[in-house]
Amino acid sequence: MKDHEHPLFVRVEKWRRRAGRVRDDVVVAAHGGGGKAMRDLIDDLVVRELGEAVQVDEDQARFEVSKLAQDGDRLAFTTDGYVVSPILFPGGDIGRLAVNGTVNDLAVSGAKPHYLSCGLILEEGLPIAELRRVMKSMAEACAEAGVSIVTGDTKVVPRGAADKIFITTAGVGIIPAGIEVGAQRIRSDDVILINGYLGDHGAAILAARGELRLETDIPSDCAPLNGLVEALLAEVDVHAMRDVTRGGLAACLNELALSSEVGMVVEERALPVRREVAGFCEILGLDPVHLANEGKLVVAVPAAQAERALEVMRAHRYGEQAAIVARCRAEPPGVVTLNTGFGSERILDMLVGEQLPRIC
Amino acid sequence: MKYVDEFRDPAVGRKLTDQIARLTEAYMKREKRTRPLKLMEVCGGHTHAIFKFGLDEVLPDAIELVHGPGCPVCVLPVGRVDDAIYIATQPNVIFTTFGDALRVPGSKLSLLQAKAQGADIRTVYSPVDALAIARENPERDVVFFGLGFETTVPSTALTVKQAKAEGVDNFFLFSNHITIVPTIKAILDSPDLQLDGFLGPGHVTMIIGMRPYQFICDTYQKPFVVSGFEPLDVLQSIVMVLHQLDERRCAVENQYRRLVRDDGNPVALEAVTDVFQLRPFFEWRGLGSIDHSGLELKEAYAAFDAEKKYAIPALSIADPKACQCGEVLKGKLKPWECKVFGTACTPETPIGSCMVSSEGACAAYYNHGRLTTLRRPTTGREATT
Repeated sequence: MKDHEHPLFVRVEKWRRRAGRVRDDVVVAAHGGGGKAMRDLIDDLVVRELGEAVQVDEDQARFEVSKLAQDGDRLAFTTDGYVVSPILFPGGDIGRLAVNGTVNDLAVSGAKPHYLSCGLILEEGLPIAELRRVMKSMAEACAEAGVSIVTGDTKVVPRGAADKIFITTAGVGIIPAGIEVGAQRIRSDDVILINGYLGDHGAAILAARGELRLETDIPSDCAPLNGLVEALLAEVDVHAMRDVTRGGLAACLNELALSSEVGMVVEERALPVRREVAGFCEILGLDPVHLANEGKLVVAVPAAQAERALEVMRAHRYGEQAAIVARCRAEPPGVVTLNTGFGSERILDMLVGEQLPRIC
Repeated sequence: MKYVDEFRDPAVGRKLTDQIARLTEAYMKREKRTRPLKLMEVCGGHTHAIFKFGLDEVLPDAIELVHGPGCPVCVLPVGRVDDAIYIATQPNVIFTTFGDALRVPGSKLSLLQAKAQGADIRTVYSPVDALAIARENPERDVVFFGLGFETTVPSTALTVKQAKAEGVDNFFLFSNHITIVPTIKAILDSPDLQLDGFLGPGHVTMIIGMRPYQFICDTYQKPFVVSGFEPLDVLQSIVMVLHQLDERRCAVENQYRRLVRDDGNPVALEAVTDVFQLRPFFEWRGLGSIDHSGLELKEAYAAFDAEKKYAIPALSIADPKACQCGEVLKGKLKPWECKVFGTACTPETPIGSCMVSSEGACAAYYNHGRLTTLRRPTTGREATT
């Protein structure tokens, strides 16, 4: 009998090929060491949770260019790092954020998102249960957005060198032929819409950190926007689109205004703000226009199509509270102002640093 | 939002601005006056509301708002910021502060920069939170950066009392608390500032009551209306000042009746006088030393005094030469008339503290008021040169 046919050998080899299991309760250095323990972690937490699309046999995912090219004529490619603290918060967690953030960065170019990568930096001591919850949540977010995670990397760093878990996702998508979305297309008579409440994510995170000792259950608005974008692009000639993230609406509009050299006037009373967020901001001396979102986008559309764009947005689950919030104008170029409703207009600039609570 | 929206109703606002326009025109005509009426809003909170809601734009040209010194962060002198950083960088210290003090520049660093270099500096929303941190970290020394006028003094006083009652021996106060009345007096004594009336501090008065301002009417004959912080509060207070001018009378009046009682808050005042005493003098950024304007812990609470525990440098450091915050705080200069406004001094690179807090007059102008300034090309330095 040849050695490799020996029943013991066969049994051991069969076991060697079994998907690994993590037996520790927390992440340890060995999980990033390149050996069996790392293999177990990847099998158990990455492949098991994210599904078979993850290509683990090689160090890179491979796709057929011709197949991708069926969807359009340009590739969109983006990357983003996620370091949110706490990693679990009302309305989401770092995993859902890492998928949706990258999906949204692709979607606002008009691209249909396809593939994501997932780089994990884990701090020693992170409970495996929390990691599993994050991975499950990434899988759910991928399923909702219709994308797959196809490649990744896992590193473990000593305690204190990271805060529980950092995730980097890169993504590729395909822009359909004929879709041209960009700040340079904004015209001085365009109308600006947003798909819902301002500042939910920022308020949710500030409250969840617990440092301010305010009790509220404002949920983050973390959501994938590719479905909404697709619906809009099918009906409306969207000139420009940007997802509203850190820096809030104010930063987003200022970026668009500066790149297009078009002026914008925001109607303060038209801004959709959740009651709880408005109250939260009043107490802390914050302004919802500067608070972060993770499931919002602004679109610039021709005035004649604004009402149609509003209908399309409101018909979508992530656009029910959509509103027309600003109008473009030629002068002064690159400047965003806000109409206060008191018959006065003031500058709405982007914030310098972080928003810090005022004293009194 | 209840209790907020009704004080921001634009329709009522327009009625008030119409009334202000009528009263101002009649007054100017009757007095044959061409020089604008100068009204000082004392508080940073007023300044913030004025710019956030663009009230300066809807007022007639004959009313000029002068932005007062009531922004505690703005009047914090360089030397005290250095002292705070000195304490924050001592071994075993957790330094706790209100958020908007973090960016105030000291002579070398701000607290935010000291934090980036490793100091354990934490933002709190109330001194009570600082005391909680002290309880949770008995092996560390927790210092609270006490800042603000009479509005925030009672909460600090009660926290120190609480610490004493509980026997928390690792909680310390670095008091930079200040009082508004001596400062208003210093401004009234300043020869080159001709003010016609005041919008008085709402939240300070909620504590100290209406009486401490009586000298402003008796000695200086200026109308003084204690004002709330919503846009309609500010507009109504201006109407009340104009009525006084029109009727040639002068009184301390209360627009902010929903919060302010004539006698203030006796319970809060008792806690303050129990814990604090007036310093002989205290230095203010831009305004120099003002007698009896600062508060320190009384002897009975000396064990909680960070100034006694740490050998702080306590140097008086001159404001940067280019900075004209003092003139702005006294209302002598409009923010944009400062030599470095919007160029060397911006919210990103503040030279003076008026550019730091969103309640600072310079930051308010820079963030919200630029448009107004652009539309009045003949105002400011150009007009005087």
